Amino acid sequence: MNLGTRRMDLKAILSGDRLALSRLLTQIEKDSEQGRQALNELFPHTGKAHLVGVTGAPGTGKSSLTNQLAKHYRNPPDGPARSVAVVAVDPSSPFSGGAVLGDRIRMQDLAGDPGVFIRSMATRGSLGGLATATAGLVQGLDAAGYEIILIETVGAGQAEVEVAKLAHTTIVVEAPGLGDDVQAIKAGILEIADILVLNKADRPGVEAAERALRGMLNLGHPIERVFNHHGRRAEIEVPHEESPTDKLWLPPLIRTVSTEGQGVPELAQAITEHRAFLETSGELQRRERARLESEVHDLLQKAMMNRWRQDTSDERYQRTLEQIAARKLSPRQAVAQLLNGSAPQ
Amino acid sequence: MGEEKIRVLVAKPGLDGHDRGAKVIARALRDDGMEVIYTGLRQTPEMIAEAALQEDVDAVGLSILSGAHMALVPRILELIRANGQDNVALFVGGIIPDDDVPKLLEMGVAGVHGPGSSTLKIAEDIRRVVRQAA
Ligand SMILES: Nc1nc2c(ncn2[C@@H]2O[C@H](COP(=O)(O)OP(=O)(O)O)[C@@H](O)[C@H]2O)c(=O)[nH]1
Ligand SMILES: [Mg+2]
Repeated sequence: MNLGTRRMDLKAILSGDRLALSRLLTQIEKDSEQGRQALNELFPHTGKAHLVGVTGAPGTGKSSLTNQLAKHYRNPPDGPARSVAVVAVDPSSPFSGGAVLGDRIRMQDLAGDPGVFIRSMATRGSLGGLATATAGLVQGLDAAGYEIILIETVGAGQAEVEVAKLAHTTIVVEAPGLGDDVQAIKAGILEIADILVLNKADRPGVEAAERALRGMLNLGHPIERVFNHHGRRAEIEVPHEESPTDKLWLPPLIRTVSTEGQGVPELAQAITEHRAFLETSGELQRRERARLESEVHDLLQKAMMNRWRQDTSDERYQRTLEQIAARKLSPRQAVAQLLNGSAPQ
Repeated sequence: MGEEKIRVLVAKPGLDGHDRGAKVIARALRDDGMEVIYTGLRQTPEMIAEAALQEDVDAVGLSILSGAHMALVPRILELIRANGQDNVALFVGGIIPDDDVPKLLEMGVAGVHGPGSSTLKIAEDIRRVVRQAA
């Protein structure tokens, strides 16, 4: 892409130009100067989309389900169609840095619909199920006016908490017969579920899987959503005893067959209900704030580190590291000295 | 930040056969450090151009075994250019008679690779063409 020096055409993006949008997403992913500047200028246009995370182990049917959900929003039995963007994340190879991004294979039904925009991205070394630039891409798509943004994570099996930080509604997808018992599912992944989907309900073992999942759900909820952020705990509390019970969200369990579409209207209904819950309980504002705060926190940390590096000579930094290695300074003492500007002795 | 990732769409247009060849290429390009968007079998020219647009790829690789390349390739090129993606390089692989190769290149195809081509060579070719276009 030889857009290295050209400014992004924000007007075109805001008025629905798909090529301009696609090029913007590339610049955001590269974290280029134009990409950053565009995000600054587009920021007032963000915050309108409903962000839905889709996570779960590989092969559970995340891409197929995303396809069905998008189809549903494009052609709802009741009410107007809504525009849908999909961001699908797949892992980069740790050896070559390359990737095969194959989620579109399951999303062929959406081809030819100008109200849908699908973008694949590789993790580029980032852990936790999303790429570093996923949040930025979502912001770009939000600004471009997509009403529903579906975010499919890698699903590497570990608890992918990143998506719960980004999305308003997090769907955890399970399927029968992935390992003999669902106990194998990490508790962490159920904790982030706003909605639990038992996909491949056409497969044997679905009854047992549902019983096991219900057992785990009843144990696990209600919970507090805790985001551990660089050592600081950002808690988003679920209201306790004193609050009316209608302010509690208990994650529903929904059976689906995403190859055929069974259960998808029910899932879309649950997403709508979750959105309504977020709005009426005040949880939406709380999550939004926590997310923005964590973004500012990250950026501030990076910026302060950069500024400090600029003000500190590499030689002095290396000298300090040597003193630590020689056990003449503790790491804590070293940091105190480096921040004080007093040269180590 | 850092080095620029090359993004390639690998697609199998037409109704014929299997996508083994396309998968081999996809993996080879990944192993060369590229990001490959793989869309699978039975892609229409419209679907290919749309995916190339949404993914903002640098190159598109087509695997064509059906003999329909002289119809498919110009159509796909036309659609990609109509979308405003002037820089996207199109590569064609599969079973292409020697006589058709110059004709495809004439149309604006950046490279043609038959069944015997080494995947390393193909990756190198894509890298070179994309660098030149940038
Ligand atoms: N039997 C059955 N197969 C499904 C269902 N949903 C997805 N699959 C298949 O499961 C495989 C993996 O699906 P995919 O959506 O790619 O899963 P992902 O890796 O989680 O994105 C594919 O072969 C799908 O066709 C389902 O509800 N029932
Ligand atoms: Mg997938």
